[in-house]
Amino acid sequence: MMTFPKLAVLGLLLVLGACSRSALDDQGTNDVTLGGATGALGSPSDPTSVAHFQQVVGDRIFFQVDQSTLTQDAQATLSAQANWLMANADYNAVIEGHADEQGTREYNVALGARRANAVREFLISRGVPGSRIETVSYGKERPVAVCSDESCYSQNRRGVTVLRVGLTG
Amino acid sequence: MTRLIRTLLALLLALPLALPGFAQAQTGPLRIEITEGVIEPLPFAVPDFIAENAAAGQFGAQISRVISDNLTGTGLFREIPATAFISRVADFGAPVQYADWKAINAQALITGAVSVQGNQLVVKFRLYDVFSGAEMGSGLQFAGPTDGWRRIAHKVSDAVYSRITGEGGYFDSRVVFVAESGPKDNRRKRLAIMDYDGANVQYLTDGGAIVLAPRFSPTGDRVLYTSYETGQPRIYVLDVGQVQRRVLQSQPGTMSFAPRFGPDGRTVVYSLEQGGNTDIWSLDLGAGATRRLTDAPSIETAPSFSPDGRQIVFESDRSGTQQLYIMPASGGEARRISFGQGRYGTPVWSPRGDLIAFTKQHAGRFHIGVMRIDGSEERLLTASFLDESPTWAPNGRVIMFSRETRGADGTTSLFSVDITGRNLRPVRTPEGASDPAWSPLQQ
Repeated sequence: MMTFPKLAVLGLLLVLGACSRSALDDQGTNDVTLGGATGALGSPSDPTSVAHFQQVVGDRIFFQVDQSTLTQDAQATLSAQANWLMANADYNAVIEGHADEQGTREYNVALGARRANAVREFLISRGVPGSRIETVSYGKERPVAVCSDESCYSQNRRGVTVLRVGLTG
Repeated sequence: MTRLIRTLLALLLALPLALPGFAQAQTGPLRIEITEGVIEPLPFAVPDFIAENAAAGQFGAQISRVISDNLTGTGLFREIPATAFISRVADFGAPVQYADWKAINAQALITGAVSVQGNQLVVKFRLYDVFSGAEMGSGLQFAGPTDGWRRIAHKVSDAVYSRITGEGGYFDSRVVFVAESGPKDNRRKRLAIMDYDGANVQYLTDGGAIVLAPRFSPTGDRVLYTSYETGQPRIYVLDVGQVQRRVLQSQPGTMSFAPRFGPDGRTVVYSLEQGGNTDIWSLDLGAGATRRLTDAPSIETAPSFSPDGRQIVFESDRSGTQQLYIMPASGGEARRISFGQGRYGTPVWSPRGDLIAFTKQHAGRFHIGVMRIDGSEERLLTASFLDESPTWAPNGRVIMFSRETRGADGTTSLFSVDITGRNLRPVRTPEGASDPAWSPLQQ
């Protein structure tokens, strides 16, 4: 079923993933870039680095239960993301929409899509060209926190802005 | 009417959702055996099938075990162990000693014989109503490859179940599901298929991509599912025999998921997400033409055809929360059918057409339930931290679903329950399992 070229691509991603994940794990997150490599993380002190975007700007925002409206905190983070993206035009963004486990599987895919799109629309409203922003929903398939109470659910109801080097335009 | 049939009718009539056909069959005084709310299962005996030649040696006992497990698993039957038997069945053709079986209270007796002829396994069986001292129906013979012995055992079981209950069987069927392994924050998900009872598991995908919610075609030869193989959720169709798959929808900038076959095996309904909004579309597998069935800013997903193909039940949050709706198969005005407290999702139309199974979320709990197609007679069958994704047995009497346990070490596994909420049972799988879909009876 799996073709050899795909295995090779997967292997490459795993290698690239290995270095980025260990750094991310220090931040208590484990989002994996499935569709492409993020490139070098760099240092958080370098404002043009991916690490700076993730740790200083903040790569994620959180949602209320079964909602896709952006809280004030979320809007502040996304405004900073928009500024960063406009200053760093080499990067494109994939917005991941996620849901907590308290919902049925397919509904949560749709809910995650709604959330990812809310983030995308906000970034566009702050000047980021829509051509640079894609969305994907993982529904409840990729939790970062695994307990079954609100302290974890609130971390899982999230929109994550994953940077990609914008080679594909 | 024999006593055996009367007893079984009594059992079936005791089910609150017994079907109209059975209500009409109610004649004469019926004895409903309910003890503390539990129906007394009907006792049966199934001595090891006789091996008629040396090559058939091991199959006789194995087939009897599968038949016993099938019948016992329904909750409607109870096996009388061989240690209680007074008489031995040594000759398939010899007259049955009814008194010996009556003495141990075996109301039904199943006898059989097995032989191997070339590479074929030939299985004969007879069913007896012990208390009436008569055979029920006539003896039947099945033949098939020896490695398909379990299927033959399931076919015998279906015939027995069907003769005694008057209902269609469901044992010779398969289940496609998502096998889950690894920790909760890094689950590996593979599409897998197995016999309804958990035997003969075969994996259909390799775990390289998330897969969700498979569904069988009406003939059981193909499976629709959603995969993140490209990075985005896309719907695929897979030929079960060849294990070959193809993507059905790959419009850039969209996601597609929740695909289901129509009863014609040619129409597929699914959810398409564009710009954050999810609606239901249909696709003609032959022509490739797509058609939009809903057009609303709310989430419309989890469609399921009525067995006659004329209507679709689906879930939508257009009222503010997830609820169930029915619309014509061509789209158009939908009517809401769920009105209870809480959220309703994952509707699945019964193969008999009379009921909708669903997942209900209320007050922090999840339930599997059924309601009539007009939304009346809602009945919750289960309650737990997280139950979801119901699927119907081919006879519309049993529902399988997935249940997830709480916490960081939470696992997902399959259960079955009958439509009265009785007989909740785990379904054995080699690892975690979710999103089951039951096949039609095999041909």
